[in-house]
Amino acid sequence: MDSTSDDVPRDQASPITAQFGPPVFALRDVSKIYTMGEVQVEALRHVDLELHAGEFIVLLGASGSGKSTLLNILGGLDTPTSGTLNYLDHNLTSADEAALTAFRREHVGFVFQFYNLIPSLTALENVQLVTEISVNPMDAAEALALVGLSDRLHHFPAQLSGGEQQRVAIARAVAKRPDVLLCDEPTGALDFKTGKIVLQVLQRVNRELGTTIVIITHNAAIAGMADRVVYIGSGQITRIERNAARLSPEDIAW
Amino acid sequence: MVSLRPLDRKLVRDLWRMRGQAVAIALVAMCGIATFVTMRGSYEALLSAQTNYYAQYRFADVFSNLRRAPITLLERIRDIPGINAVEGRVVFDATLDVRGLDEPASARLVSLSTTPHSQLNRVNIRSGRMIEAGNASEILASESFATANALRPGDTLVAIINGRKERLRIVGIAISPEYVAEAANLQDAFNDVAITLAPHASASQVIEHLDKLLAPYGSLGAYAREEQVSHHFLENELAQDRVTGTVLPAIFLGVAAFLIHSILLRLTTLQRTQIALLKSFGYSNTAIGLHYLKFALLTVMAGGIAGIVLGAWLGRGLAEIYTRFFHFPTLVFSLSTFSVTVALLISVLAALLGTILAVLRVLALSPAQAMHPESPALFKPGPLERLGLQRTIPLSVRMVLRNLERSPLRALSSVIGLSLALALLITGQFSYDALEEIIRIQFRTAQRDDATVVFNEARNTGVIHNLAALPGVLRVEPFRSMAVKLRFRHREKKAAITGLYPERQLRLILDERERPVALPQNGIVLTTKLAQTLGVTFGDMLTVTFIEGKRKTVMVRVANIVDEMIGLAAYMDARALGRLAAEQETVSGAFLAIDPLHQRALFRSMKSIPGIAGINLREATLQSFLATVAENLTTSTTVLIAFACIIAIGVVYNAARIALSEHAIELASLRILGFTQLEVGAMLLGEQAILTLASLPLGCALGYGLSVLLSVLLSEEVFRIPAVVSSKTFLISIGVVLASAAASGLLVWGKVQRLDLIAVLKSRE
Repeated sequence: MDSTSDDVPRDQASPITAQFGPPVFALRDVSKIYTMGEVQVEALRHVDLELHAGEFIVLLGASGSGKSTLLNILGGLDTPTSGTLNYLDHNLTSADEAALTAFRREHVGFVFQFYNLIPSLTALENVQLVTEISVNPMDAAEALALVGLSDRLHHFPAQLSGGEQQRVAIARAVAKRPDVLLCDEPTGALDFKTGKIVLQVLQRVNRELGTTIVIITHNAAIAGMADRVVYIGSGQITRIERNAARLSPEDIAW
Repeated sequence: MVSLRPLDRKLVRDLWRMRGQAVAIALVAMCGIATFVTMRGSYEALLSAQTNYYAQYRFADVFSNLRRAPITLLERIRDIPGINAVEGRVVFDATLDVRGLDEPASARLVSLSTTPHSQLNRVNIRSGRMIEAGNASEILASESFATANALRPGDTLVAIINGRKERLRIVGIAISPEYVAEAANLQDAFNDVAITLAPHASASQVIEHLDKLLAPYGSLGAYAREEQVSHHFLENELAQDRVTGTVLPAIFLGVAAFLIHSILLRLTTLQRTQIALLKSFGYSNTAIGLHYLKFALLTVMAGGIAGIVLGAWLGRGLAEIYTRFFHFPTLVFSLSTFSVTVALLISVLAALLGTILAVLRVLALSPAQAMHPESPALFKPGPLERLGLQRTIPLSVRMVLRNLERSPLRALSSVIGLSLALALLITGQFSYDALEEIIRIQFRTAQRDDATVVFNEARNTGVIHNLAALPGVLRVEPFRSMAVKLRFRHREKKAAITGLYPERQLRLILDERERPVALPQNGIVLTTKLAQTLGVTFGDMLTVTFIEGKRKTVMVRVANIVDEMIGLAAYMDARALGRLAAEQETVSGAFLAIDPLHQRALFRSMKSIPGIAGINLREATLQSFLATVAENLTTSTTVLIAFACIIAIGVVYNAARIALSEHAIELASLRILGFTQLEVGAMLLGEQAILTLASLPLGCALGYGLSVLLSVLLSEEVFRIPAVVSSKTFLISIGVVLASAAASGLLVWGKVQRLDLIAVLKSRE
């Protein structure tokens, strides 16, 4: 694998900026501490990270490494205990619930491990649910065509396979043309073959729509697809690798 | 420390986790048990007070009024087979001049025997002392009369007795079983008899003998205890207590059982894998079933015990109202072992009913099957969408409609629960509507007189001019009233025929559209209730036997049937009545229109007119009627409204909590996707809103139906309860249900705000 490795993440910025333009997300010295009863758990410790428009990022880490916390903070589901978080010119560090909701609604697309579709709505309606509240959405049917489900528009979740459900979830997430798509173990509940189809869809979204994609996973094989791979352990970014060339999902195996 | 078995520890935690819903169920059960305990306890208290009082004060079985008979006749009455004891009394109505009271008061004077052992209808002295034998100026005043006129032992009254003014001194205040619901001395004659029957004697045979014997002395016909006004009133109340004591608890506990069912259905679905695990460990179906039954039992029993306490408290309050209303010497509400046992048993029954279906469903699964999560719900387009209307329905509404369509039974049960709450609210307020309708029609439209004067015997028509000449009398309309027996085929009824004159303005007979009905020159007009009692219809020939005057028996045609509020009444043209009875034209009384400016002067002059047995002032009658009824009604309506709110809140809160539990992941996902709390809350509560709205027409229909049923059940001979429910009642009831639903919505709203978004990312239910 043709990749460069660097132990000092902060100095990474310049060549990436050259390729993708200025950062969209900027985390500076972000820490997150959860208080559970009498115990304080430091989920993130002094994390610095920048994400650029159109980047395909894989956050790799074992369970409990802090990668989910990082995703939650990036997605506006949680706020840091200390440090700053900026999205373009919005400061999200101490945004309130309403501001975070608006941020998620306008800028972020989520893809969950277990799809979380609304069982009482068809594939098309699940997508429409989101396009209805978006400012500049794509057509719901078009979004489903993008994930290859043009022939399944009127199926209910219970009538779709796991892979198909996840593709509906991706269509739902991209239909509002988000600036960033956050995917939490998107292949975690899928078999190898279907998992690859889902990854192909994500890659296509990234290429055709230019959406920034962040995938969190413990599946190291996916790392080859990324522009950059962020390794997380014990609440810290241990390493960031840049892939000189991205692998196609067909070429990876696990 | 008490060590609980693991399964019981799980029970305690489940209960704590679902405390909101458990409390809602307990409250509904509490209302059911409280109504049962209150009504059953009051019924028992009333029944035992009645039994004791009747026995202790020797309440008679048969009564008869007559004009005047010699004391010696009593011996012949005593010889009638089946009679145990006889007492002859003097009873008459007189006009009293009470100090401080402008209008003449009418009072019933009843002679008392001062020999303590022989007497029937004994009185219970509340204060002062018994009258002295042979002292004609001493009287006992009934408690209600004394209270109403602020009289105490030692006070004196002036009564007009047989045209003479007599000073009477109150020596004591008393109550009597005969006038539970309302006392003079005369020699050698009596005009009223009270009789107790020997065991197993037939009242109707005794009455037949008695009527024959007393007919020459002007008897208006004897009647049994069942027809005695005060007794009848009491029996009616007892019957009502029995009805409400059964119907209401059944409704509440039915709802409680449904709530238990829905909450356990959800709990067992959520705990499917736990149940499988327990089964695989070797726990028996019985052990697991009992575990969930305990959940239901603890919840309902907590409500049941609270209900017993609340019921005892409410019952004590009701007993106080009863004591004031019925004038019993003692009326004590006590919690009987019977009612507590039954209350607890019905709680257990409700818990069992609620548990059984929900738990059997899960127990039927094999452990291996149950280990797998339930397969995802299969939805289909709803009925409106099959009609091609989906484009017009917003997605969030489609979600709600499909959810409802998927579990129609649950939706239906919620709708029924809410409808029952609404129906209870409507029925609770229906009493007010019926009362207002009675007042509007009877007291404002039909009876337009200010006062009714009744003479103690029929007078010739010249008395009308005397009345008209009194100060302030604007109009006098005389009437003739005659006691009769009406017979049609095998049915017979004692009644009075009121003879009215054609040019009436003060007393109208109304048809069902409230239009005045003219009395025909020939023939009789009956009220619907009397026509039903006799089984006659328009055009039938009725046999009329007059039990006063010449006592003729004649045939008369039923010329009309009118739907009056007053239950049993018969009307004829006054002159036609005179011809029928072959009597001279006389009057029994008159309706008066009075100039309020001269009212005082009129009352003063009336106090001195002999022969007036009583004066009824329409407004005074109405006000005293309202005062008695209002307290009872306000109390029961308030309790009913509070209880109905509890049902409404319980049903909506539980339904919303269950919906939240089922859709938590969906809703949290939507929150992550950028939906606001408001949007997500609307999706959740939309379902409850639709159910609430759907329950409104059903609840209104049910409430109206229940009110009609009540009007039929509670209508008696004296009064017909009109089946009217005002739009105000409907609106208030709907408002209360909507407010209760909104309140439950708010309770659940808090949970929507606290949805755990992050947990959703990882969870798979």
